[in-house]
Amino acid sequence: MIEQIYEKVSNFERINKEEGVKLLKESDFLTLGKLANRIRFKKHPERVVTFILDTNINYTNICYVGCSFCAFYRKPHDRDAYTLSISQLVEKIKEAQSKGITTALIQGGLNPELPYEYYLNLVKELSKSTVHVHAFSPPEIDLMSKISGKSVDEVFDDLKDAGLTTMPGGGAEILSERVRKRISPKKISTDRWIEIMEKAHEHGIKTTATMMFGHVETEEDIIEHLDRIRELQDRTGGFTAFIAWDFKKENNELGKVVNRTVTSIDYLKIVAIARIYLDNFDNIQASWASQGKDVGELALHFGANDMGSMLVEENVMREAGFRAQSNVDEIASAIRKAGFKPVLRTTDYKMIKYL
Amino acid sequence: MNKLDKIREKVENGETIDFGDARLILRSDNLLEIGEIARSIKIKKTGKKVYFVFNKHINYTNLCVSKCKFCAFYRNGDEPDAYTMEVDEIIEEISKMPKGIKEVHIVGGLHPTKPFSYYIDMVRAIKTNFPLVNVKAFTAVEIDYFSKISGLSYEEVLTELKEAGLDSMPGGGAEVFSDRVRKKLYPNKIGFDKWSAVHAIAHRLGIPTNATLLFGHIETDDEIIDHLFKLRKLQEEHPGFLCFIPLSFHPANTPLEGKIEKVDAVRELKVLALSRIILDNFPHVKAYWVMLSPKIGQIGLHFGADDIDGTIGQERVTHAAGAKSPLGLAKEYMVNLIKNAGFIPVERDALYNEIEVFN
Repeated sequence: MIEQIYEKVSNFERINKEEGVKLLKESDFLTLGKLANRIRFKKHPERVVTFILDTNINYTNICYVGCSFCAFYRKPHDRDAYTLSISQLVEKIKEAQSKGITTALIQGGLNPELPYEYYLNLVKELSKSTVHVHAFSPPEIDLMSKISGKSVDEVFDDLKDAGLTTMPGGGAEILSERVRKRISPKKISTDRWIEIMEKAHEHGIKTTATMMFGHVETEEDIIEHLDRIRELQDRTGGFTAFIAWDFKKENNELGKVVNRTVTSIDYLKIVAIARIYLDNFDNIQASWASQGKDVGELALHFGANDMGSMLVEENVMREAGFRAQSNVDEIASAIRKAGFKPVLRTTDYKMIKYL
Repeated sequence: MNKLDKIREKVENGETIDFGDARLILRSDNLLEIGEIARSIKIKKTGKKVYFVFNKHINYTNLCVSKCKFCAFYRNGDEPDAYTMEVDEIIEEISKMPKGIKEVHIVGGLHPTKPFSYYIDMVRAIKTNFPLVNVKAFTAVEIDYFSKISGLSYEEVLTELKEAGLDSMPGGGAEVFSDRVRKKLYPNKIGFDKWSAVHAIAHRLGIPTNATLLFGHIETDDEIIDHLFKLRKLQEEHPGFLCFIPLSFHPANTPLEGKIEKVDAVRELKVLALSRIILDNFPHVKAYWVMLSPKIGQIGLHFGADDIDGTIGQERVTHAAGAKSPLGLAKEYMVNLIKNAGFIPVERDALYNEIEVFN
């Protein structure tokens, strides 16, 4: 009975996979949102919503895995293929710093031509600025391990020595082999993703976890995804936040075969179910870039306590035909209108400044 | 018991809320609770059904003598994009629409020179050419203007239009029934007394009408609440309203652009829910997707709306002001949008007769 699951959630009890699927499939939209909100206010009793000022730098768009949902990747000889040198990256960081940006989210394609030292230098050189370096997802760590012949542990030792302290949670897509085989067969497996995240956490590197939904996955796949990261979080406690993105259909192969379009209600349900299922996560992000400002604002009433970031450069999403331009005042104003106090935070979710 | 619980209890008992309750709703942070209260009224009235209609908008002219400050649509006459459609052009325009059109929705500027016969001819020609189509035409503002240019009373104007084939009337031109706001933004437009007189007479003559509220500009909470209670009373005294449509103001391309921000989604949903709660004597409340965007329109179905309007062929007024909705969403899209929200899509005609239920 769905009412029994409502009651369980309302009593702050953990729900299992079966209950999660039932909740996602059958729950009432507003009830789900209210339950998510109840948990949100237990974890964060203050009516505060945090966000961060950051820039997104993609150091290369050359990528050999060629996922079908990706509009960003290029082959090495494509006319618009690029790889940024360390000095170009330093320039970008300086520019970001001058704009008052506190964090750089740095990710790139899986470019086998890049030597291992490139990544270490990248972290080392960029960490010299005041901008926090939030870099690399598990697929990139896997590639570094392969090209260097070092173990993941050794790679993290080296990256930590270079200055890496946090890592984004990309490359997760949907952590279900059935889905990965269809949309990203050449990308690392679910087990490998989890393994690398576990190592990162063991090395004291905090990470986020993401999910890209709205393509070929089922409700069962979504709950499977949430269950895998919840289970890891139980063991390590190393995830700072969860972020869900909806799949954008433009300019990619997968978009041609996916019939559905993610609605605002689909998106808000995912935010709410994440808040409910991920009972060991402190922070659930509302993504402004995902569904636009209005739906991002509403997500704050569906369990989210963070507005994510003001992205200054975001190539991957831009290539997929979605432009999310915003500024601090706009985010702060949207947060206030939703009935919350806007607060600037750091990458590891420490509050810096009430606005 | 929190304050919203008291309001919830009142609504459950079928009582109408008071002015203070309405203020609490607009100021409350419990957005989803407000949605639930409004939705409970919708469920009582229409169950899980959500209506859409296949209609066609005709804006016969953008010339307008009223020149309201919030309007991006009107022209003075000498601009290159000023236009007026002759009756045969209107007929041609409607005939281009796909089969299955159930309603034409006709509103226009207050044309400086066209005689009253133009409007009579328009209605008659549409009715003659498309006898099965509901002619929903002219706001109270236009009716008042026709009365001025013809020297006829409201009753005479409406009677003649009805005889020519007028079936129903839209609810525009109400804006906010606040003289303070009217003097600032639309000083040349009629106020509540005349607007309500036109609708009362239309109802008496058997012409069903809609009502609207334009919010998100300079109005206060109290002015919104007062507007809704005025409409509630009018429906009580002169029943005949079919549907209420709250319209959020789009400042782009209007003289107010840059001076005010477009109203946010939380406010849009609160006003929608409050409308459903206060106007418990209105059969229907619409989440008009052209104004709200399909995303917020869909969520609006959980905030008391039982209608999402429909596919529109040519809708110039809102698009001139920068609404981002894709023009003319397909019927399948409406059905999917409603189903995805957890409701049963029902295609309706202008008078809410069911044409097809999509189970």
